[in-house]
Amino acid sequence: MVWTIELCIARQKAGSERHYQTYQIEIDPDEYVLDAVEKAWAFYDRSLTFRHACHHSTCGACGMLVNGVEKLTCITPIRSVVQDKGRLLIEPLRNFPILSDLVVDTSSMFNNLNKVSFNQVASLPAACLPYESEQPEHAHPEYERLVDCIECGMCISACPISLTSSDYIGPAVLAAAQHESIQSLSPRILEVVDNKNGVWRCHSAYECSAVCPSGVEPGWRIMKMRQAVIAHRIKSFFSSD
Amino acid sequence: MNNNDPSSHHFLRWFDPRHKSIGTIAFIINRFSALGLTVYLILHLVVLSKLASGGQAYDEFLILAKSPVIKIGEMFVIAGGIIHGANGVRIALNSFGFLVKIQKELFIGLMILSLAIIFYFGVHMFSGAQN
Ligand code: SF4
Ligand code: FES
Repeated sequence: MVWTIELCIARQKAGSERHYQTYQIEIDPDEYVLDAVEKAWAFYDRSLTFRHACHHSTCGACGMLVNGVEKLTCITPIRSVVQDKGRLLIEPLRNFPILSDLVVDTSSMFNNLNKVSFNQVASLPAACLPYESEQPEHAHPEYERLVDCIECGMCISACPISLTSSDYIGPAVLAAAQHESIQSLSPRILEVVDNKNGVWRCHSAYECSAVCPSGVEPGWRIMKMRQAVIAHRIKSFFSSD
Repeated sequence: MNNNDPSSHHFLRWFDPRHKSIGTIAFIINRFSALGLTVYLILHLVVLSKLASGGQAYDEFLILAKSPVIKIGEMFVIAGGIIHGANGVRIALNSFGFLVKIQKELFIGLMILSLAIIFYFGVHMFSGAQN
């Protein structure tokens, strides 16, 4: 089966005004949004820029706004977001500077992830949310796996506070900080999260959790981080002479 | 800087609920109710300061306070206070790590409770007005 869709893509080079370009794309509805963007690039316009790598929701490169909603385009089927002869709007993630077209500069997120020493590998119990039960049967507690966050930046794109302040370190980093502090809350992490641009700046809109494609639950983790910071403050109050 | 960078100038987009989840609805309601209560506080202080100008001003104020327009305004203030307070309870509970997994249900539940309380106040205020 082949559908014809109108693919409307935001075009913008750094520093210039955004405009939109529309392409007629023929595509199987069981293909993915990223395939449609690739077709626009391959058959119409080689100057179109976008990021992609793994094509299976692992690298976090292909996050875009699809009809106004953050989606990992390599796993978003065409039929889930448009109908035959329909119009599909593709824009870059919000709250990051535009480098070119659909490519945004996520270096602020990566720099902040470094500040909390985010480690992509964790022991099985640490890699899972406490209310998850998907740990493989007979798993040895010393087994490790990649953590869920694929550093796509979609949570930051959806966050209303990241929209209005570049100082806020954002949900991905706070979630990583929570993850790193499950065993113990280090002074280094505390310094990053316990301040006005850290864990206290979240206004509980939970858009981060709504759009996260990887089940990280940044909103839940931010609240857990708050709990840990409050507990730390109480402990320090009573232990100080 | 381009239009995609974070900027305080984008705050109006906070109030755009399109493509957003229920958490943003809670966020928007909290901002509107807070703004409403702040405006009310300012008006309240202005009116109270007028009372200092004597007994006649006080009598005029009492007549004004009983007018239906003011009553409806007061109803909005009560609604704003209740809704803002209930939303605050949600945020406080979540911030201490409670009920985060069911934050959506918590918000809906608290809003239903708020509407019930507002309705109770409304009935009380407006039936009292006819006596
Ligand atoms: S927390 Fe989720 S949405 Fe945010 S960067 Fe990680 S995977 Fe992406
Ligand atoms: S291309 Fe790697 S996550 Fe989509």
